Amino acid sequence: MKLELRGITKRFGALVANDHIDLVVEPGEIHCLLGENGAGKSTLMNVLYGLYRAEEGEILLDDVPQHFTGPGDAMAAGIGMVHQHFMLIPVFTVAENVMLGHEKTNFGGRLNLTAARQQVREISSRFGFDIDPDALIEDLPVGVQQRVEIIKALSRDAQVLVFDEPTAVLTPQETDELMVIMRQLKAAGTSIVFITHKLREVREVADRITVIRLGKVVGEASPSATNTELASLMVGRPVELTVHKDPKIAGEAALVISHLSVIDHRGQLVVNDVSFEVKAGEILAIAGVQGNGQTELTEAIMGLQPRVTGSIVLDGIELRRESTRKVLDSGVGFVPEDRGEDGLIAGFTIAENLMLDRADGAPFVKAGALQLGSLAEFAEHKIVEFDIRAQGIGTHAGKLSGGNQQKVVLARELSRDLRLFVAAQPTRGLDVGSIEFVHSRIVATRDAGTPVIVVSTELDEVVALADRIAVMYRGEIVGIVPGTTPRDVLGLMMAGELPDSAEAAA
Amino acid sequence: MTDSRPPTPVEPGPPTEPGPPTGPDSSTGHGSPATPGSPAEAPSRFSGVLREITTGNAVISVLAVVLALVAGGILIALTDPGVKAASGYLFSRPSDTLQAIWTSVSGAYLALFQGSIYNFSRPDFASGIKPFTETLSFATPLIAAGLGVALAFRVGLFNIGGRGQMLIAAAAAGWVGYSFDIPFPLHLIIALLVGIAGGAIWGGIVGLLKARTGAHEVIVTIMLNYVAYYLVAYLLRTPGLLQAKGSSNPKSPAMKASAIFPDLFGPNYNLTIGFILVIAATAFVWYLLNRSSLGFKFRAIGENPHAARVAGIDVKNMYVYAMLISGGLIGLAGANQVQASITTGFGSGIDAGIGFDAITVALLGRSKPWGVFVAGILFGAFKAGGFTMQASQGVPIEIVLVVQSLIVLFIAAPPLVRAVFRLPAPVAVTRLRPSKISGKKAVVTK
Repeated sequence: MKLELRGITKRFGALVANDHIDLVVEPGEIHCLLGENGAGKSTLMNVLYGLYRAEEGEILLDDVPQHFTGPGDAMAAGIGMVHQHFMLIPVFTVAENVMLGHEKTNFGGRLNLTAARQQVREISSRFGFDIDPDALIEDLPVGVQQRVEIIKALSRDAQVLVFDEPTAVLTPQETDELMVIMRQLKAAGTSIVFITHKLREVREVADRITVIRLGKVVGEASPSATNTELASLMVGRPVELTVHKDPKIAGEAALVISHLSVIDHRGQLVVNDVSFEVKAGEILAIAGVQGNGQTELTEAIMGLQPRVTGSIVLDGIELRRESTRKVLDSGVGFVPEDRGEDGLIAGFTIAENLMLDRADGAPFVKAGALQLGSLAEFAEHKIVEFDIRAQGIGTHAGKLSGGNQQKVVLARELSRDLRLFVAAQPTRGLDVGSIEFVHSRIVATRDAGTPVIVVSTELDEVVALADRIAVMYRGEIVGIVPGTTPRDVLGLMMAGELPDSAEAAA
Repeated sequence: MTDSRPPTPVEPGPPTEPGPPTGPDSSTGHGSPATPGSPAEAPSRFSGVLREITTGNAVISVLAVVLALVAGGILIALTDPGVKAASGYLFSRPSDTLQAIWTSVSGAYLALFQGSIYNFSRPDFASGIKPFTETLSFATPLIAAGLGVALAFRVGLFNIGGRGQMLIAAAAAGWVGYSFDIPFPLHLIIALLVGIAGGAIWGGIVGLLKARTGAHEVIVTIMLNYVAYYLVAYLLRTPGLLQAKGSSNPKSPAMKASAIFPDLFGPNYNLTIGFILVIAATAFVWYLLNRSSLGFKFRAIGENPHAARVAGIDVKNMYVYAMLISGGLIGLAGANQVQASITTGFGSGIDAGIGFDAITVALLGRSKPWGVFVAGILFGAFKAGGFTMQASQGVPIEIVLVVQSLIVLFIAAPPLVRAVFRLPAPVAVTRLRPSKISGKKAVVTK
């Protein structure tokens, strides 16, 4: 089916999220929609899927104008969406999830599960998925859950499939498998819109690439374009994709973690007997797919997890049973994974956010009273130093872009005398320009002789920054390997396998 | 709204007392589904909604008052006998009906004005302004308690235990006030401080329970209201405790003159130094919230307890401090009741529903100290003017209470007010959150 978007314009108040966007997806084509976060890709797809009403423009399927009032209409017209956050009910089986919303019933309203099972089997055999229709979603790995989403869309005869950032939750291997599936779908005549900001995937699978920046189509590119070309198109200026990093001059082991285990609030062992050390002046990257215990590991270091065993020794001082306050006072800087939730207070100004973890004493508090003068001076200085783009220090943090929010967090954490710097997902959701900045500050921190831990699920980031890489899988460290380890080895490790070559290198 | 009241056989509160506009009913409706989580993790969705309602913008407050007054006008017209009579022949002479509506509504609101701000029918300014001093003296405990509730709101806590905290404070201050012979200013100050301490302790218990056990403050405060009410009622009923000697009424002896707040403008006016105290309290809360390190932490927790915790702020301790101060402010209202409002001895209805009205005042004041101050005066005006409305125009006092309740209702539903006045939706201070990968445990098998 041929999909055409003509002059789609969507405004949110004064913000033009989509500005006269034209897009044509030919039948059996993988069309890549490339753009930074906030460029308007998701808005466009929500318009296509009937979730938003466009102010101007029209949607055509096989040259017939469509008027969608909701996702139901879009689905009926043959558009399927595989969301980034799966729309599956964890306690339902695969078959139940697939039939959800268009359940076939027998006499008396009894659900016809047999038909749904049959449908799942039929579709999965067509693509070689091998999925048990009666498996519970919550028992399935993420990659398989995504396939269930695909089956769900196909079971409604989707002719156009939209994949919204589908690889964010996948291991490199699963990503490769998804690419294979996408090619299969393409061969079967399905049109695919593939939304992403990852350049490598685009070049691998796309037939055509449309680049969106600030709500506008800024150009088309061919899959043969280089990463740098694509990135420049996406950002609108020449970009430096590699991180400049001098060889490390690592010193003594500063942070020594031994036999650390964490039990989370659900009583599950999420970090299992982890031991490693970080030397002064080196970056240890902790790689792994989201949800394999990295978050809890950093929280344990910060004193944010209540049930921790083992030991965390920084410069000879045991931090395990200490409060977060004490850990911060010991010179640990922390960039939390979810900056909107844990790193910043949206309703506070930039200045207030800059003193968030220093609300107890000098220089911002004297005799219990806030020293607004010195805070303002400090904030003005940091806004310049960290290139925080805002109207002023009184701007609320919630009104900043993700990149500027992260700069506020970095400015706060890097302005103290650090003995350890822990950055969890420091560039998640950031634009390319901000990523460059964040990376350069992290490397600068390392060069200043501070031990640094970077937790990242992005292999690109891990490879770019790490002096050594520890890969986590199911709460355990699979192995610690040099920063030069090839990606495919890291990919295998992220899936829990430790190849012999990696073992030898470690 | 009030229909959700659980069928409790014992409704604490004397029947003479006007029903609180926001009773425990409305609050339990909110609170009961909120599960008491571990003290470390705040109930996020509940607190998000709470934050939106409690700290919205001032325009909504003003418009809510306007809407409520309009709705109140309609109710006044509907309940007015003159309007009813004229509407009997509406179609033959519609002007009579309109005339009657105008007379009833304008008369009622004029009476409200004359009863609360300035009475033009008096010969001189000194007596003409008396209604306004009445307004201020009614406002005094409302502001104090409103500040307490607002402070808790700013920390993300819903303190609906105003009644209990006031009762304990009033009983403590009252006991000091009638049972000791201490020279004048000292007696007053000691009674006041004991009252404040009583409220603070009653509030602090809530903070402590929340911090140490994770109990939800809404449930705890409701229950402590009952505990305080029946405890004080028992003390007042039992000879040898708080009951006046030689009396069988559940009432305490009268306060000694040395413990009573002096009048500000002489004996002709009821306004006491209590009003000066609440001005000071308002300034104190403003300073605390906006200029102190403690207030900074309070606000941080109220806005985002997760980020506050990650920033090393001891959320649990802050809950205790916040509830201590909140209870102390409400304690000031309680002390004011026995040391200024009713000095002839108190009964177990001494709180007069102020603990609940304070929630309304805090909401209307958007949890900002000076906002609460203004809202308290508005409510004082409703109280002072309500009586005049009833006396001179025959408007049922219930209508005034309906107007008060409608204000809360409109504040709690900002989209409704926006829809009525066709205001644009606010550009919310959104959290530009990075795309969060599903919270489920995402493990990969190979």
